[in-house]
Amino acid sequence: MCLAIPAEVIHIEDEMATVRVGEALRKASLMLLPEPAELGDYVIVHAGFALHKVDPEEARESLRLLRELASAADEEGLN
Amino acid sequence: MKYLDEYRDPQTAKRLLEALQRRSREGPPMKLMEICGTHTVSIFRLGLRQLLPAFIQLISGPGCPVCVTANEDIDRAVWLARQPGVITTTFGDLLRVPGSSSSLHMERSKGADVRMVYATFDALQIARENPGRQVVFLGIGFETTAPTVAAAIRQAAAEGMDNFSVFSAHKLLPPAMRALLDARDQQLDGFLCPGHVSTIIGAKAYEEIVSRYHIPCVVTGFEALDLLQGITLLVDQVEQGRAEVLNPYRRAVSWEGNLAAQHLLEEIFEPVDSTWRGLGEIPQSGLKVRDAWKDYDAAERFSMPEIQVKEHPGCRCGEVLRGILTPPECGLFRKVCTPQDPKGPCMVSGEGTCGAYYRYQMT
Repeated sequence: MCLAIPAEVIHIEDEMATVRVGEALRKASLMLLPEPAELGDYVIVHAGFALHKVDPEEARESLRLLRELASAADEEGLN
Repeated sequence: MKYLDEYRDPQTAKRLLEALQRRSREGPPMKLMEICGTHTVSIFRLGLRQLLPAFIQLISGPGCPVCVTANEDIDRAVWLARQPGVITTTFGDLLRVPGSSSSLHMERSKGADVRMVYATFDALQIARENPGRQVVFLGIGFETTAPTVAAAIRQAAAEGMDNFSVFSAHKLLPPAMRALLDARDQQLDGFLCPGHVSTIIGAKAYEEIVSRYHIPCVVTGFEALDLLQGITLLVDQVEQGRAEVLNPYRRAVSWEGNLAAQHLLEEIFEPVDSTWRGLGEIPQSGLKVRDAWKDYDAAERFSMPEIQVKEHPGCRCGEVLRGILTPPECGLFRKVCTPQDPKGPCMVSGEGTCGAYYRYQMT
């Protein structure tokens, strides 16, 4: 089962991070992460490994597209 | 929570949903398959199926790893667990999946040393702490899980460990998508592509499917807005006769995917033909440990006998996995097959379609 929630990196020791998911703290290996992680980054974690660093720019852009889609939907509804 | 609440915003969800509800379509319903078991669970939790207009049918696909694991692989895992001195390690939901005559859970109650782990590095730790015993990790999972197993094999080799091996029953999702389309037992109009499998393989992995079968693919996240957006982008494409790969889940998935993980997979494993429950043998859909790493392949370390496989009579998990049968249409569902006493894996797993139907009281 995939963990759908991005986890915040709060501690790093060698290749092992501690991440916060909601209230819970977990271990996440950084071995498979293609780019360096820093404290405060958000990562997608699966089975104890960080697999992707959430790019804040991409996240903002995708939210903008979502809102655009919703606005287009509203206009459609008015027509 | 960051990157979460904004994708659950009820106002925006309502607007997207109302826009879908205003649409209509002549002819047969549009069949959209969510490949991934975690999508299935999100869709049920949100009650999306009841909220969508009748012309949009969401169909659950084969994206629950323990569900698609063939009985023969469950039997092999049980056989491994029975070997004297072996410590079998695995992720949780495999334990209760019934094989031909037993499950890991039953073996454990008879004294086998079967341990649940959170991650492959925990299995390595168990091996370090038990130098006199063989530790086998049962590698069940898709492209998201397989790199974490590959990482464990490389680590074991780096440490020169001689008591750790992997039973690899990993599966690859794009070949299964092709097999579903080739089977032609139903018309599928679009795929909601898995979120975190795509984190590894990248949105580009679906290009070949889109061009060969002219079926739209949208890489989709797990929150309400992600799902509504994914469905909207599929419906738009079907209505306009387009078929493209779209990736609105860019906060977690890039076009190229995780190249480090892809390279590691390539280094440790090779694709092989593999048998799926319900789908049969699918070419190049499994992963075998490469010869160069065979010291860490449980299939090499232990000489496993041929196992006579027996399917549970009446269990129709296979058809459920292909999306051609809904769980209530199975004669066992809810009557004799329940999460407390599952007859097939689709009822065992938290992300199995039967389990989701049962828990969310769908009829």
